[in-house]
Amino acid sequence: MASVSLLFVTLLSVTLYINIKSFILWDQSQTFLPSLSDSVLMDRRFPFKVLEHIFSFVDSNEDRNSVSLVCKSWFETERRTRKRVFVGNCYAVSPLKVARRFPKMRSLTLKGKPHFADYNLVPDGWGGYAWPWIEAMAARRPLLEEIRLKRMVVTDECLEKIAASFRDFKSLVLTSCEGFSTDGIAAIASTCRKLRNLELRECIVDDLGGDWLSYFPETSTSLVSLDFSCLDSEVKLSDLERLLSRSPNLKSLKLNRSVTLDVLESLLRRAPQLVELGTGSFSDELDPEEISKLTKALSELKQLKSLSGLWDLLPEYIPVLYSVCPRLTSLNLSYATVQMPDLIDLLSRCSKLQKLWVMDLIEDKGLKTVALCCKELRELRVFPSGADLDETDVTLTEQGLVSVSEGCQKLESVLYFCVQFTNAALVSIAKNRPNFRCFRLCVMEPFAPDYRTQQPLDEGFKAIVERCKDLRRLSVSGLLTDKAFEYIGVHAKKLRMLSIAFAGDSDLMLHHLLSGCESLKKLEIRDCPFGDTALLENAAKLETMRSLWMSSCFVSFGACKQLSQKMPRLNVEVIDEHPPKTRPDSSPVERIYIYRTVAGPRLDTPEFVWTIHKKPEVGVSRLAIR
Amino acid sequence: MITELEMGKAESELELGLGLSLGGGTAAKIGKPGGGGAWGERGRLLTAKDFPSVGSKRAADSASHAGASPPRSSSQVVGWPPIGSHRMNSLAAKSAREEEEAGKKKVDDDEPKDVAKKVQVGFIKVNMDGVAIGRKVDLNAHSSYENLAQTLEDMFFRSKPGTIGLTGQFTKPLRLLDGSSEFVLTYEDKEGDWMLVGDVPWRMFTTSVKRLRVMKTSEANGLAARHQEPNERQRKQPV
Repeated sequence: MASVSLLFVTLLSVTLYINIKSFILWDQSQTFLPSLSDSVLMDRRFPFKVLEHIFSFVDSNEDRNSVSLVCKSWFETERRTRKRVFVGNCYAVSPLKVARRFPKMRSLTLKGKPHFADYNLVPDGWGGYAWPWIEAMAARRPLLEEIRLKRMVVTDECLEKIAASFRDFKSLVLTSCEGFSTDGIAAIASTCRKLRNLELRECIVDDLGGDWLSYFPETSTSLVSLDFSCLDSEVKLSDLERLLSRSPNLKSLKLNRSVTLDVLESLLRRAPQLVELGTGSFSDELDPEEISKLTKALSELKQLKSLSGLWDLLPEYIPVLYSVCPRLTSLNLSYATVQMPDLIDLLSRCSKLQKLWVMDLIEDKGLKTVALCCKELRELRVFPSGADLDETDVTLTEQGLVSVSEGCQKLESVLYFCVQFTNAALVSIAKNRPNFRCFRLCVMEPFAPDYRTQQPLDEGFKAIVERCKDLRRLSVSGLLTDKAFEYIGVHAKKLRMLSIAFAGDSDLMLHHLLSGCESLKKLEIRDCPFGDTALLENAAKLETMRSLWMSSCFVSFGACKQLSQKMPRLNVEVIDEHPPKTRPDSSPVERIYIYRTVAGPRLDTPEFVWTIHKKPEVGVSRLAIR
Repeated sequence: MITELEMGKAESELELGLGLSLGGGTAAKIGKPGGGGAWGERGRLLTAKDFPSVGSKRAADSASHAGASPPRSSSQVVGWPPIGSHRMNSLAAKSAREEEEAGKKKVDDDEPKDVAKKVQVGFIKVNMDGVAIGRKVDLNAHSSYENLAQTLEDMFFRSKPGTIGLTGQFTKPLRLLDGSSEFVLTYEDKEGDWMLVGDVPWRMFTTSVKRLRVMKTSEANGLAARHQEPNERQRKQPV
């Protein structure tokens, strides 16, 4: 379908004005509506209906954004046909404008806080409130069916509003959100008659108990996916059993840890059509009869492709899983504390595996097995098993990743935590696997050089960016000088997101990145010695990006002020945990978050966030949060 | 050539270096301007208590437990390693459970585990007072105390033009071994005692050292006094 839209774009290339960002056009278009739009729609070569039909094949929002830039009539037709709206930064545009622009909107996806909020680098109360969006959509787009939020603050009032306002509401997916309780979930469960998806992924929920599950009415049979793995409290088994019995369309079920192993069998019996299963705890004691019943129940899941949960999986229960292994395309063992060699028994049976998340307990040996047996592997994530770096006593080294890169031809996405690394390994990996799209290496020891040669890891990452021409996302770590970033600037032309910590020598580093990486959209940096010069010199670049995060770097307050004044379409936020009383221009700022926006200054900045628009008397707007 | 002016500039940038992921704290860190100056003069020495807890319980916990001697491990830096909070909580709960179980085991279980567990043989951790991030050195790559001291000086006090090492100081070489400077080099041996580096033969040192710490001389005075007698006895022994 992408080729269809591309064809049109090239055909009408004479009228393309590619450099105008589509959201700027939104801004201007508001003055055209409604008077111009009707005449525009009537006055073109292609009848509206034909265009509309053609655009219905254009799914990707990137393509749709390109389509909308061709000419006014295409803009109008596209906006009236877009059903799935994606807003990568909830502060980049106002909810009202989005609601007005897309009358046929059925699905809204929003992202709030910056990515580094996942690692506690963004203080509580920073922002990312869902309320203004939900309020705006409730008033103007009551036919909305799906809301997907990531890193946003969602309150119970928000959830109640959703339940009350959208009569056809089908799908709620909250990832890394916070601010609500199980009461809000209950409101959704009880009121949304057509609910299909209710997924809470890694949210921080005020867990008031497991009653929320009983709020699904007895008449509700529409459930397709249910994920409550991040909740703590126990749900009533009978509620869950009855829900499963009356949900023949349920394809994905992710239980929480407090669902014990002894009840799993009874649940699975009632949902043999599951495609995705997230178990609860896998460590409770079962007697032999229970084990054999569970084994049988799992073997009955003929459609099962994805398995997760498996908290504290005991080695003696691994055989129970054997029957599902051959069909699995996705396996998440990152909470399973199983070690070698037990893991081999499991992994050697998973020949169709495409996605594997595991802890470093897999060690180099286990990864060798993966390289031999899992030839379809596309994504690998290896997480650390020890909370304290000093306690790592597993033999997971760079060799593990080298083996997998050799054996798994389709591998394109990696997240690898390791204590230290070598340039030679990175070069091998790059040679083996030029098809990487996402390469995230976290050398956990900050400033760790190549432990064999004591050199910085510059050459290794150079190999990665040189060979992997399609690289979209990169995280670097270890000892790195400015040279590494010069290489990245020169070679990583398709790179969209880059994460850096404890690296570089000087401003040159930032300069190389901002002037070299053409496709860069998100840059996040912590603890690097950058200063003002590179930032100010490359200010224009920032408008082509979604956002830039810098914390514990050498940016001065004066530079932040200058940048704000120079670039009115950027929001420059200075975030201090404890804002100082006086701020001389030369003083360094703790964190700076810069993003492009057509919505102007936020109305809901807390007191610890400084922007140039700040009037001391304006606190957090009461309208913004509910 | 590095001029006074550049040195001054480097020192004010040094302030920022101090703030490495420790939240930066207050603007009151701006110390005395002007030349040379040892680390300590530049305002307070940051300790674990200075870490603002950016919503991280772990940082707050470690702040309350931090004593003077155990060096901070890099796991106390906020948000590092970059593991999501859900996973962190799960790991923390797991290690709490393991500690409980380990507490029941006998103490001498630890020794053999220590030797077996090192992935990188010969590498030991080095921490310096006032610097959040520890480093690692390979003892096997060094043949003497002088060698080691040089490497550590390069690591912590590296002075390349236009760059800022961990401390950013452009001072004359620090004599870590002879007690004449601001800092001394100490180590923790297998028994858990902290000793001054340099007293025992190199070979003996490499087999007994567990980790290193670059300590402020003022704090190390207690150590020197404790171990003076045995040293003097050693020196006085007839050849």
